[in-house]
Amino acid sequence: MTVIAEYGQILLILACVFGLFMAWGVGANDVANAMGTSVGSKALTIKQAIVIAMIFEFLGAYLAGGAVTSTIRKGIVDPAIMAGSPELLVYGMLSALLAAGTWLLIASIVGWPVSTTHSIVGAIVGFAAVGISTDAVAWGKVMSIVASWVVSPMLAGTIAFFIFRSVQRLILNTEDPFANARRYIPFYMFAVGFLIAMVTLLKGLKHVFKDTGFSLNFLESTLIAAVIGGIVCVIGIFLLRRIQPEETPASGNRFANVERLFAILMVFTACAMAFAHGSNDVANAVGPMAAVINVINTGGVAAQSVMPSWVLLIGGVGIVIGLATYGFKVMATIGKKITELTPSRGFAAELAAAATVVLASGTGLPISTTHTLVGAVLGVGLARGIGALNLGVVGSIFMSWVVTLPAGAGLAILFFFFFKGIFG
Amino acid sequence: MAFSNPFSNMFGHSPIKPMQEHMTAVVEASGRLPGFFEAAIGGDWDTARQLQQEIAALETKADDMKKQLRLHLPKSLFLPVPRTDLLELLSTQDRIANKAQDITGIMLGRKMAIPASLKEPFQEFVMSAQKTAEQALAAINELDELLETGFSGREVSLVENMIEKLDDYERINDQQQVEIRSKLFELEAQLPPVDVMFLYQIIDWIGDLADRAQAVGSRLQLLLAR
Repeated sequence: MTVIAEYGQILLILACVFGLFMAWGVGANDVANAMGTSVGSKALTIKQAIVIAMIFEFLGAYLAGGAVTSTIRKGIVDPAIMAGSPELLVYGMLSALLAAGTWLLIASIVGWPVSTTHSIVGAIVGFAAVGISTDAVAWGKVMSIVASWVVSPMLAGTIAFFIFRSVQRLILNTEDPFANARRYIPFYMFAVGFLIAMVTLLKGLKHVFKDTGFSLNFLESTLIAAVIGGIVCVIGIFLLRRIQPEETPASGNRFANVERLFAILMVFTACAMAFAHGSNDVANAVGPMAAVINVINTGGVAAQSVMPSWVLLIGGVGIVIGLATYGFKVMATIGKKITELTPSRGFAAELAAAATVVLASGTGLPISTTHTLVGAVLGVGLARGIGALNLGVVGSIFMSWVVTLPAGAGLAILFFFFFKGIFG
Repeated sequence: MAFSNPFSNMFGHSPIKPMQEHMTAVVEASGRLPGFFEAAIGGDWDTARQLQQEIAALETKADDMKKQLRLHLPKSLFLPVPRTDLLELLSTQDRIANKAQDITGIMLGRKMAIPASLKEPFQEFVMSAQKTAEQALAAINELDELLETGFSGREVSLVENMIEKLDDYERINDQQQVEIRSKLFELEAQLPPVDVMFLYQIIDWIGDLADRAQAVGSRLQLLLAR
């Protein structure tokens, strides 16, 4: 108790600094994957992608990031075990943040593929298991998180497969692809708007409006989401109208005009992707931060405590800074590499990944956005939509799991004892 | 700063565009044949030599492309069509340019003169062989559209029709080959025997070139067969 009373202010500041550092890492590295598909398929320029990412990452974090934050804050570590010594939880979460942030930094300098989600989960499990006791880890919850890392790419792949098949059936494989693209693309746009609105209303608002007692039932939420989807759809139709088919497409590909329509759709799915990413991955930085702030404010480990929404705000800001200072470089690099993805294929992958991530955020599971997107791209590939996919990379993804978890854990343990030594 | 992240590395080099570029180079090589024959028939061996060199250069270029493509198709690459079929198609394409180079090489080396009464049919025969090759190229140029539709449906039947047409062109070329042979047979007693031997060979080879163009179509058909 004395530690918290004595150093409370410093610890609080440290939590915010490390949280920002971690959020910066997420913005610098992870966002590039989420947005790279749109840049690669030429649907967006890098500048546009950055602007969209900034707005929608922030919105996703603020409006829908609450559930995952709660999981990271109190789902992985069993708070009851820590009740006697709240300062251990503070040290632990601080070191988890610092460890994950550091690991992200090292990995991006060396060029290893890592996942922000894996590193933070690994770090939290690491300090709790070694620094406190193995009983302190809620292993059941951890197992379900690990399982979701396998399930989510598969789910995204399946969804992407069927989305791309539907595009082939309704649009590409018809007498007049251009006319059909105009007809059917708005439905996909509706789906994007509906999906995001639904998750925001069902999961996000209770974190944002919890002080006001404002709430909607399921039916009201569905109606409002449908209206929002309709609005998105109308905007989309308006934008699609402005595209006139060119007589002779420069590329010599008859579908070039259709792809121009899909590029419009891809702007929408890019927004969805950024929103989804913000809703899930910002929690990696914010969750531990919120835990520290809670302990310091209440003076103990309370399982039932309100989480201030300004914490989500800090996470959102951190991501945006990361994007602005460093993320754009990464995005440029990745965007150049994935030109194989035309808008019609890219949108299917993005929509599927965004849907999966947003659903996972709703259930409070921290999943890896990048891996989900990889799964979605594989799904499009299985629908014979991508020229070549490098299956060897699946091995490197597996390796990134194997490497990141112990690395995050090891660093976290190191920092944990370091803090414990300093603050006693 | 090295960024190798799993996501961007997932995308291999798509073989579709290089396949089309390779075929374009090949048909450009065989496209020099009619000009070469015109020069050879007119006895303008300087122009013929120059065209022969261009054909050889294009054949080399196609060979390099073929090598690059093979290197970029490792076994770990997940393709929308079977890798073996794609590589077979590539070899088949490549053989067209090789044949064009053989024909011009031997004609230039021997400075072969073509009998006056055979000049017209010969030129037609070469033209029709080239037409077959161009039709094969047109079919190969549909590969990117095929990828777009996932190698199924309407686009497939469109390509099937193109291959149908390709077969027709090859059949016409066969008929011309029969005719030109019988004409040569009538003349052969008046010509030096060795020259006649080689003339028959050239006729055979031009026929082969059309056959090889047709083979490209057949390979493409196998690629599309489900």
